[in-house]
Amino acid sequence: MASHKLDAAAKYAKSHEWVRLEEGVAVVGISDFAQDELSDVVYVDLPEVGETVTAGQEIATVESVKAAEDIIAPVSGVIAEVNSALESTPEIINQRPYDAWFFKITPTAALDEELSRLLSPEEYAAFVEEAG
Amino acid sequence: MARTQLYQTHLDLGGRMVEFAGWELPVQYPAGPTAEHHAVRNAAGLFDISHMGQIEVQGPDTLDFLQLVQVRDLSRLATHQAAYSLLLYADGGIVDDIFVYHLTDRWLIVVNAANRSKDFAWLQAQSLDFDVTLHDRSDETAMLALQGPRAAAILQTLVTDNLDDMPARTARHVTLTGTEVLIGRTGYTGEDGFELYLPATAAQTIWNCLLDAGRPFGLLPCGLAARDSLRFEACMPLYGHEITADINPLEARLGWTIAWDKEFIGRNALLKTKLEQPTRLLVGFEMVDRAVPREHYPIAVAGQIVGHVTTGMKSPTLDRFLGLGYVPREHAAVGTSLEIIVRGQPKAARIVKRPFYTPRTK
Repeated sequence: MASHKLDAAAKYAKSHEWVRLEEGVAVVGISDFAQDELSDVVYVDLPEVGETVTAGQEIATVESVKAAEDIIAPVSGVIAEVNSALESTPEIINQRPYDAWFFKITPTAALDEELSRLLSPEEYAAFVEEAG
Repeated sequence: MARTQLYQTHLDLGGRMVEFAGWELPVQYPAGPTAEHHAVRNAAGLFDISHMGQIEVQGPDTLDFLQLVQVRDLSRLATHQAAYSLLLYADGGIVDDIFVYHLTDRWLIVVNAANRSKDFAWLQAQSLDFDVTLHDRSDETAMLALQGPRAAAILQTLVTDNLDDMPARTARHVTLTGTEVLIGRTGYTGEDGFELYLPATAAQTIWNCLLDAGRPFGLLPCGLAARDSLRFEACMPLYGHEITADINPLEARLGWTIAWDKEFIGRNALLKTKLEQPTRLLVGFEMVDRAVPREHYPIAVAGQIVGHVTTGMKSPTLDRFLGLGYVPREHAAVGTSLEIIVRGQPKAARIVKRPFYTPRTK
């Protein structure tokens, strides 16, 4: 299995989402490992802006030539923005998984605690290694 | 699990191996299913389909035997011609879909990998009253598919025969890297192309040779995912999906294969279906709502579940979400509104004309 790229600035969920804090907002996408496992992505179903989400909640769907997978909110908050470019060009998820963000969440006061439960890049790499 | 002669070659090319019909085969190579699909539509693709079965029939009664066990009228099939056909059970259900080749001294039946033993046993059982000999040649035969608008140009760089005068659904023997190979101008992609039957021992050499000859033309090695999306766009059925033992050819819109004016196993049951009309029909549909239809998803009309999806995906060529599935005859007209139940949610779809992609065979 080829080694997968990581974004050193992100934290990772065991369900393969990455989350990166940008100016106080949590930006969420899927990891290089996840896009590689999925194969060519053909469809995404994104949440509504303004929707309230809880960490652990299934709030989006990504579908590839192979399978449909749920995207789970890694942190709680309100959907601030969605990347609707993914609807017309989902292939950028395969090409640049750490640029192809799905949605941004305005976090709650629980952010630090929720982030502490996620994996560091090193921990996620080890997790993927073990799972693979 | 079985492996073809090219197993290690697929790994070396970065093929991602999966189980299919008891075989370990590449579902895709590093280029990915979408790129492989486009390569076949625009240039060429090379597939290892050695999992397919080859059954030879020989003997004085061969034509009589074949007329009984399959639905086409093969008395009109000249030497070196090939035809798509079906084997049926007495109740009209489909044993398998096949390709029949009329060769000089024998006939060749090409069968699906999953059905190979079943087909051979079934053919043996029907052959008792005929002076014929059946041989399962699958183990010693490798099968490759070279498909796409540049397939003929690629193969032409390797053979002395002029391929321009070789029509679709004909076969001939050629010499490829010193090996005698049977080639048919046939395929399962909706493009011009060839299927090659060769000794398993020559598979490695010929595969590499075709790959090297094809690279300058834009050829890619292609996996099962591209094979499925290509045949799907051309609305070619896949056994176990659009056709099964529980589906008859009229339901599957394969009535065009049937030679009604000869005797064949399953004819009486089919005549009855023809007279009463099939209760369900295979349809092609396009999603109106954004959603990916997938196999086994229920199909509803006005809130009532009436059928299911047999194959569905985002069509790489047409860039639309399309599907095939069965619905009752009264809901099978082009333009009919359907709902596809996608992960619990009804999504609007409408019946469209098949095939989605018009084959461009020679």
